[in-house]
Amino acid sequence: MTTTSPPSFSTRPDVAQIGAIAWVRKHLFSGWFNSLVTVVLGSLLIRSIVGFIGWATTTAQWKVIPENLPLYFVGQFPADQYWRIWALLWMLSALSGLTWGNLSQNVPHLFNRTVLIWVGILAVIFVLAPTPLPYRLLLLVTLGLVLTGAWAGRYLSQSLPSFGLGLAIAWGLSFFIMLWLMAGGFGLKPVSTTAWGGLLLTLFMSVVSIVLCFPLGVALALGRQSTLPVVRLLSTVYIEVVRGVPLIALLFIGAVMLPFFLPGNVRLDLVLRAIFGLTLFSAAYLAENVRGGLQSIPRGQAEASSALGLNTPLTLGLIVLPQALKVAIPSIVGQFISLVQDTTLVSIIGLSDLMRISRAVLANPLYIGRYAEVYLFIGVIFWVLCYAMSWGSRQLEARLRTTN
Amino acid sequence: MISTGNSGEKIPIWRDARFWRVALQIALLATLAIAGSWLVGNFLRQGKEFNFGFLWKQAGFNIGETLVPYQTNDLYGWALFVGFLNSLRLILVGLVLTTVIGVVAGIASFSSNWLLQKISQVYVEVVRNTPLLLQIFFWYFAVLFSFSTGANVTNVLGTLAISKKGMVIPWPSGTPTSWLAFVALFVGAIAAILVWRWRIKLMGELGASGKPQSIALIGLGILSLLIFLFGLGWQFPVIDAAGTSVEGGLRLSLEYVGMLVALAFYTGAFIAEIVRAGIQSVSKGQWEAAQALGIQQGLSMRLVVLPQALRVIIPSLNSQYINLTKNSSLALAIGYPDIFSTSQTILNQTGRAVEVILIILLTYLAVDLLISALMNQLNNLVQLRER
Repeated sequence: MTTTSPPSFSTRPDVAQIGAIAWVRKHLFSGWFNSLVTVVLGSLLIRSIVGFIGWATTTAQWKVIPENLPLYFVGQFPADQYWRIWALLWMLSALSGLTWGNLSQNVPHLFNRTVLIWVGILAVIFVLAPTPLPYRLLLLVTLGLVLTGAWAGRYLSQSLPSFGLGLAIAWGLSFFIMLWLMAGGFGLKPVSTTAWGGLLLTLFMSVVSIVLCFPLGVALALGRQSTLPVVRLLSTVYIEVVRGVPLIALLFIGAVMLPFFLPGNVRLDLVLRAIFGLTLFSAAYLAENVRGGLQSIPRGQAEASSALGLNTPLTLGLIVLPQALKVAIPSIVGQFISLVQDTTLVSIIGLSDLMRISRAVLANPLYIGRYAEVYLFIGVIFWVLCYAMSWGSRQLEARLRTTN
Repeated sequence: MISTGNSGEKIPIWRDARFWRVALQIALLATLAIAGSWLVGNFLRQGKEFNFGFLWKQAGFNIGETLVPYQTNDLYGWALFVGFLNSLRLILVGLVLTTVIGVVAGIASFSSNWLLQKISQVYVEVVRNTPLLLQIFFWYFAVLFSFSTGANVTNVLGTLAISKKGMVIPWPSGTPTSWLAFVALFVGAIAAILVWRWRIKLMGELGASGKPQSIALIGLGILSLLIFLFGLGWQFPVIDAAGTSVEGGLRLSLEYVGMLVALAFYTGAFIAEIVRAGIQSVSKGQWEAAQALGIQQGLSMRLVVLPQALRVIIPSLNSQYINLTKNSSLALAIGYPDIFSTSQTILNQTGRAVEVILIILLTYLAVDLLISALMNQLNNLVQLRER
C-alpha cells in the first residue's frame, strides 16, 4: 500500500504575475546580473539626462538658432523674394495634402485620433516657435492647407476616377514650377544658384538626385543581367568601380575634374555638378538593390510572358519590374535615406547646404563655441526627415503586402 | 496543307533579333568611343597633360601626424604614402572597434533586461538617421573640444588627459622588459589555445575529467594577468603642475580620436542591426533544442546559435567594413591627414587633378577588394558543408 503525502500548501503569499511591480521584477530585476546591469545603466542614464537638462537650461545659449533661422532654412536667398519660398512651401503642402487624401480614400475616418494628436502637437509647436508672429501665422496656414488638401483629396478621389492620374501629372508639373520659383526668370527676378542654401538646397538636391538616379539604377541593374556581353561588362564595371570609391571622391571628380573634360567655354553650375556626382553614386547602389529584387523573381514569370507572346520590353515593364521593385522597396528606400544624409558631403566642395551654413554661423564671432546647440538642432532636423522616410517605407511595405 | 514555317523564306534583316543584338552593342561601343574621344580631346585642347612625374617633385607642405618620418621637403609620392599609412591606422583600429560595438549592441537588443534593450534600440535609431558628417563634427567639436578650455589639460577618470592638442592614453613603455612581456603574453595565448584543444580532445576521446588541464589554464590566466598588469610597464599620463603639458603615455591627436569614435559608433549601429537580423534568422527551435539538451544560455549562444547566425551576418558585414573604409575619407572635413586629405593638398598645389584622383580611386578600390577577399574567405569558412 502506498502512502500518499497530504498536499502541501504554500505558506508564502503568491508572487504577483501581473501589474507594474511584476513587470519591473520580470524585465529589470530578474536575476543578479540583470539587476546589476539595471542599477549601473539606470544610474548612468539618470546622471546623463539630469546633466543634459541642466546644460540645456543653463549653460547652453539657444539664441544662435532663432536668430539665424532664415539662414538655416533658405541660405542666402534674397529676403525680398521670400514670398516665392512660401509659395513653394504652400504648393507642396497642398499637393501633399491632396496625395494624403487620395491614399486614404478607403479609410473610414480620415482624421482619426492619431492624426488629430499629431496635428495638435504640430500646431502647438508652430504657435510656440521662436519666430516673429507673421511667420508663425504662415506656418499655421501651411498646416491648414495640408488638412484642407487631405479632405479635398479624399472627396475628389471618391468622386473622380482619374484623380490619381491628375495628381501624378500635378506632381510632375510642380517640379518645373519649383525650378521656376527658385531660379527665377520668365517674369520673376533671377536668383543664382549660389544664393540657394540651407535646408532648401539639401531638399532640392536630394529630390533631384533621387528622381534621376532611379531610372539610371534600374537601367544598370537590367544591363547587368543582360545577355549582351558588352552591356553586361560595362554595367558590371561601372557598378563595381563606383561602389568601391568614396562619395567624396566622386564629388571632387564632378567639381574639379569635370571642367577639364568639357570645352573651355562651358561653365557648369556647381549645384549641377554636385547632383551629377550624387546621382552617379546612388545609381550604382540602387542597381545592386534592384538586382536583388530581380533575382527574386522566378524564371517562370519571364518564360510565361514570352509564351504569351510579349517581347522583352513588355515583359520587363508589365511583369518583371513591378514585382522586382516591390520586393526591393525596403532597400531602395534605405538607399534614398542614405542619399539624403550624403547630401551633407557637398558642404566639403563648397555648396552652402545645411552643414556648411551651420559652420558659417559658428564662425560668426557672436556665436563662437555654440557647437553643441547648432549641431543638435541640425541633427534633429535630419533625424526627423530620415525617420519620417523610414516610417513611410514601412507603411508602403505594409500597404503593398495587404493588397497582394 | 499545313505550312511548316518559313524555313524557305529569308527574314528581312531588320526583323532578325540576332542582327539587333550585335548592332546595338556596336552602336553602344561606337557612342562610348565618340564621347570618350570628345572628352579627351577637350582635355588635351586645354593644354593639360597626363603624366605622373609630379610624384618625384618635392612637396612643400607639412603633415600633422605621421607614423613614419616625414620632412617638409620629401617627395609628393612619399607624402601620399604617409597619408596612406594614416588611413590604414584609422581603418584597422576602426574596424576592430566598430565590430566590438556592433556585436555588443546587437546582442544587447536580445537581452531580457528592458533597459539594455531600449538603450540599444535608441542608439541604433538615433545614429542611423543622422548624417555621418554631422556626427563627426559633433564628436570633434561639441564633445572633444568641450573637455578643456584654452591651453589647459583635463584629467578624465584619472587615466586620460585631454587638451586641445590631443588625447594622451596610458600605453606600455617601449623598454626591452615590456617587449619581453608582450612576447611572453603572445606565447602564453598560443599555449592556452593548445592546452584548451588538448583538454577538449582528452574529454571527448578518453572521457577524462579535464581537471589538470583546467588548473593549468587557470594558472596560465593568472600569470598572464600579472604580466599584463605589471610586466608591460604601463605609462600613465602625468600632468605637470602648470596644467599645460603632459608626460608619458601615447598621444593621439583629437582629429584621430574624433574620426575613430564617430566612425566606430556610426558603423556600429549598422552592424548591430546586421547582428540582430542574423540572430533572428536562426529558428527558435534551435534555442529550444539546445535547452532540451541541457546546454546553458551562454553556451548555447556560443555553440549553437552564433555559428548559424554568422552565415547570415558575414556577407552584410563585408559591405559595412567597406563603408567604413570609404567613410574614413571624410577625415578631410576635420583635418586628419589621411590619404584623401593629403591628395587634395597635392591636387591644389600641382593642379594634376586627373592623376591624383586616379591614384585615390585605385587605392580605395585596392583596399576594398582586399577586405572583400578576406571576408569572402571567412564566409567560405562558415558556410554549410554540403555533400
